[in-house]
Amino acid sequence: MAAGDLFSGVDLISPAEFAKEKVLAIQEYALLVWRSLGNLFRHPVYWGDMLQQADLIGVGSLPIVVLTGFSIGGSLALNSANTLQRFGSLSLIGQLVAVGMVTELGPVITGLMVSGRNASGMASELGSMVVTEQIDAMRALGTDPTKKLVTPRVTSTVFMLFFLTIIADACGLAGGAAVSSLLFGMDWHQYWSSAWQALVFRDVFTGLLKPVLFGFIISTIGCYYGMSAQGGTQGVGRATTQAVVASSILIIVVDFFVTRLTMTLFGYH
Amino acid sequence: MAAPPTPLEMPAPYVAGSTEPVIVFEEVSIGFEGKQVLDAISFRLARGETKAIFGVAGSGKSTILKLALGLLKPDSGRIYVLGEEVTQMSEEALFDLRRRIGMVFQESALFDSLTVRENVAFRLLEEGNVPEEEIDRRVREALSFVELERTVNMFPSELSGGMRRRVAIARAIITQPEILLYDSPTGGLDPVTSTTIIALIVKQRDVYKTSSLLVTHRLQDAFIMATHYFDRETNQLRALGSGAHGEVPMTFLILRNGKVIFDGDIDELKQTKDEYIREYIS
Repeated sequence: MAAGDLFSGVDLISPAEFAKEKVLAIQEYALLVWRSLGNLFRHPVYWGDMLQQADLIGVGSLPIVVLTGFSIGGSLALNSANTLQRFGSLSLIGQLVAVGMVTELGPVITGLMVSGRNASGMASELGSMVVTEQIDAMRALGTDPTKKLVTPRVTSTVFMLFFLTIIADACGLAGGAAVSSLLFGMDWHQYWSSAWQALVFRDVFTGLLKPVLFGFIISTIGCYYGMSAQGGTQGVGRATTQAVVASSILIIVVDFFVTRLTMTLFGYH
Repeated sequence: MAAPPTPLEMPAPYVAGSTEPVIVFEEVSIGFEGKQVLDAISFRLARGETKAIFGVAGSGKSTILKLALGLLKPDSGRIYVLGEEVTQMSEEALFDLRRRIGMVFQESALFDSLTVRENVAFRLLEEGNVPEEEIDRRVREALSFVELERTVNMFPSELSGGMRRRVAIARAIITQPEILLYDSPTGGLDPVTSTTIIALIVKQRDVYKTSSLLVTHRLQDAFIMATHYFDRETNQLRALGSGAHGEVPMTFLILRNGKVIFDGDIDELKQTKDEYIREYIS
């Protein structure tokens, strides 16, 4: 079989063209981010749309965040207890769950859950508007789509993810408490006091900085892929998948760097 | 051919005898993915004039409208709209200019999460300082113009293709823009519905005398527009007498291979010797 037959129907792209496309995509993403932030200081600010998005993103994501937070906290306690029992340190379970949930699992799991639910939602909604010319119509009617559609989504996601993460942390701690007391017979008060004492400023700061960054990633990536959707319904589907994949990967990568950065800032080695 | 009644009595922006251009294209070129779509085209749209743009699929008809609105930037050439050079304007400045222009998109492009009222009133709602009673009154008037008063609380998904197109016209005219751009307003519609839409466009043209660019691939639509006028007394379209011209100037622009091959009125079109055009209009 000739090489031509093998690749027939496949669009091959030169490395230079590929690199150019990626650089252009980064440039467009940076411009969208810049404009979405700049719009906060330009009239009009769409408070109504922000509130609507906050309800959609925040209240709408609450059940999955509560459920996953509780389950992850419970699983963390279960796994930790297994190891701690071997060293006779079961009393440390509260500390482990608290630090693990607040600094790492709470923000990351909440970020991934909201990413799966909302980055996809934003990409598909905006993508559909692009392919049906609704975005062009909005521009033609004299309204800036970045101001009307992107800025409210970015603001609301950042704001709501912050509080969703706090709720997930609390649910995770509650899940850990339930497992510790019901399965391992640990004293309820001992669990909560050890969890409370384990948390220091750096943990809380890290745990609350991450959702702000993750919220920003989820919303800007979701909106970027939606606004740059091409090629009808197939293009919308592709944009949706890419938005979830890209935001999930970025959340995990950024999580690592933020953890390292806060460790350096607070003198942890 | 019956046309709907005219409830709106707004001042027409048309100045009789004025030939001041509202849209000017000067040597405008644009290409996509290596293909030249428009190649140094030039034309003018005078105030109060209606110009129908023809061409085969992919000839750049819709691109002309998007360029005029500043939704696309040309590779070269200059475009002036209402005296402003859109090719040099920032997106922010373009939003102000676009508020003076109405556009009817090919597939209507209604906001599917908004009701008909919210779609039609979109511009007024965005202005933020128009009282609710004023918005309701103007929505009713605009919908009455397109005979769709009863759809006010419906969503676009509940409307037929023709009704959506009429709502799009109502949305475009509610602020009484200085220019109207129609992108294939009858595309994909059955002949009866197409005639209704054309009747509305003729009515809009003859009542408000708004300068308009109309993109279409249906020659018969443009011929109806050129050979009929809207009779306000009987609320009907009436045929103009042989050789007679309507009150509003109507011209034709034909594109081929990215070039303008014809720009003139119906008499010039009928007398053209160009083989391609003769075949096209036959």
